[in-house]
Amino acid sequence: MKMILTIAAKELRGLFGAPLAWVVLAVLQLIFGYIFLVALDRFLEMQPQLAQYPDPPGATEIIVAPVFGAAATILLLVVPLLSMRLIAEERRNQTLTFLLSAPVSLLQIVLGKFLGLVIFLLAACGLIVVMAGSLYAGGHVDLGLVAANLAGLVLLSGTFAAVGLYLSTLTAQPVVAAISAFAVLLVLWIINMGTSDPASPLHLISLMRHYESFAKGTLHTGDLAYFLLAIGLFLALSVRRLDRDRLAT
Amino acid sequence: MPLNTILNTASEPTLTASGLSRDYGARRAVRDVSLTLARGEVLGLLGPNGAGKSTTMQMLTGNLAPSTGEIRICGIDLLEQPTAAKARIGYLPETPPLYRDFTVDEYLTVAAKLHRVPRADVAAAVVRTRNRCGLVDMGDRLIGTLSKGYQQRVGIAQAIVHEPDVVILDEPTAGLDPNQIREIRALIRELAASHSVLLSTHILPEVETVCDRVQILNEGRVVYSDTITALREHRRGQALTVAFRRPPATDALSALPGVTTVETLADNRFRLFHGIGDEPAEVLVKLSVERDWGLVELIPVETSLEEVFVHLTQREEAPAQP
Repeated sequence: MKMILTIAAKELRGLFGAPLAWVVLAVLQLIFGYIFLVALDRFLEMQPQLAQYPDPPGATEIIVAPVFGAAATILLLVVPLLSMRLIAEERRNQTLTFLLSAPVSLLQIVLGKFLGLVIFLLAACGLIVVMAGSLYAGGHVDLGLVAANLAGLVLLSGTFAAVGLYLSTLTAQPVVAAISAFAVLLVLWIINMGTSDPASPLHLISLMRHYESFAKGTLHTGDLAYFLLAIGLFLALSVRRLDRDRLAT
Repeated sequence: MPLNTILNTASEPTLTASGLSRDYGARRAVRDVSLTLARGEVLGLLGPNGAGKSTTMQMLTGNLAPSTGEIRICGIDLLEQPTAAKARIGYLPETPPLYRDFTVDEYLTVAAKLHRVPRADVAAAVVRTRNRCGLVDMGDRLIGTLSKGYQQRVGIAQAIVHEPDVVILDEPTAGLDPNQIREIRALIRELAASHSVLLSTHILPEVETVCDRVQILNEGRVVYSDTITALREHRRGQALTVAFRRPPATDALSALPGVTTVETLADNRFRLFHGIGDEPAEVLVKLSVERDWGLVELIPVETSLEEVFVHLTQREEAPAQP
C-alpha cells in the first residue's frame, strides 16, 4: 500500500508540476461556474411559478443536478487528456524503466497511477460540491441528492480513468492514447442510443444509462457493480499489457 | 531466511546468471550468456553495438524476461521473487530514466522510497547520495535544466540511493566530455568498494581503467571472459619492429631463432613476428653488432586493445555467412 501511495504521489507531483493540470482545473471551474450561474438564474425566474405546485422540485434538483450532468460530459473529454500521459509518456521518455526496475509489482504501479489520477479528479468533483455548498447561504440543500450525484460522478470519472490508463499502456504516443481513450469512452457513453428496444443488452454496457440513476438520486447496486467491474476490468487489462512488455518477442 | 543462507551471503557471489538466452521472434539476441559477479568487483561487458549488452542487462534487472536461463541476486531467484531481488539491484539504463520536471531531491526521494529505504532514513540517504555523486548544490535544480553530465550523475544517483548489492550501469559514460568521463569513472571505482558493479561499454580504454574483469559479447555470445590482467597478457607483443642503417637480406632475418614471418616495411624497417616467449631481440642485437647491420630501432609491438577486440568480435563472422 505504501508503494501505491508513493507512486500516486509521484503522479500527482508530475501532474501539478506541469501547467496542464492547472489549466484543466481552471477551465473546469470556469465551465462549472457558468453552468451553475445559468441554472441559478433560471431557478430564481421560475421560483414564483414553482411555488404554486404542491410538491415543487427544490433548488438542488434545478441548480446542482445540471452541473453534475454537464460535468460528466466534460470529464469525458478531459480525462483522456490527463490519462494519456500515465504510461504512454513514460514509455516515450523511457522513464518507465524507473518504475519497472524498482521493487514494486506491476499491480502496484497500475494502482498507484490510477489512484493518482483519481485523486486529481476528486479535486475537480470537489469544485462542484463547494459550489453546491454555497447554496446553503440562501436556502436548503438536498444533501442526499448531492451525495448520490457526487458518488455517480466519482465512479464515472474512475471508470474514465481506468479506460484511459489501459489505452495509455497500449502505445508510446500520448496523443494516440488520448484519442483512442476518447473514442472508446464516447462509444461506451452513447452505445445504447441506437436501440429502441428497452430490453436490449446494449443498455447493460452503456455508461450513460448507469450514470442516469445516480443523477436522479437513486443508488442501485447494479449500477455500482457496473462501474466497479469496469474499473477492475480495465486495471487488470493494464497489468496484463505491461507484463507483455517484459515477455515481448 | 534459513541459517545456512545467512552464513553464506558473505562469500556468495552477488549476481549469478546462467544460460541466459533471449529470442525476439526468430532472432536470438542473446544466447547462452552466463556471468557471475563477486562483492567489490567491477565487471565490464564489452561488445560492438547490437551485441546484446543492453538486452542482457535488461534481463538481469527484471525488465525483460529471459527465454531460458536463471538469474540469482544474492541467492534470490529474480524470476520467482522479482520484488525481493529487485530491491538489491540499482540500474541505470542506456537512457537515464529521469523525470525532467522534478527537482533532483524530489526525484531521488521517490527513488529511495520506491526502493524501500525506511521512511526515517530517506532524507539522509538522498543527501548522502547527492554528495557522493557530486551533486552537492543541485538539490533544488530541475533535472531538465541540468547539463548532460549532471543528468548522468542523477541517473547514477538513483541507482545507488538504496545502497544496492549490485549496481548495473548501461554505458554510463556515453555522450560525456573527457573531464566528465574521468569523474564518472572515479565514481564507479569508488562504488566498487561497497557494491558489485556491472557496466557495459564499447569504449575500450574504459574497461582497462575501471574494470577488474571483462566479458566480451559478440552477436549475443560471450566470446571472451577473463581478468583485465589476462587481457593485458593477451595483448603482450608477438612482434618486433626493427630498423637498420645497412639492412641485411630478409632471409637472414627469417633465419633468426623464434622468428616465424618477416614483413618488409618502408625505410629499411622490418616487422618480425615470433612465437609467444620466443622473443629474438637478444640474438638480433648480437648479430647486428657482429655483422654490422647498424641496428637503430627495436620496438616490441603491442597489439592494441582495439586489435584484440576486432580479432575476437570478427572471428566468427566468416562461418556465419550462408
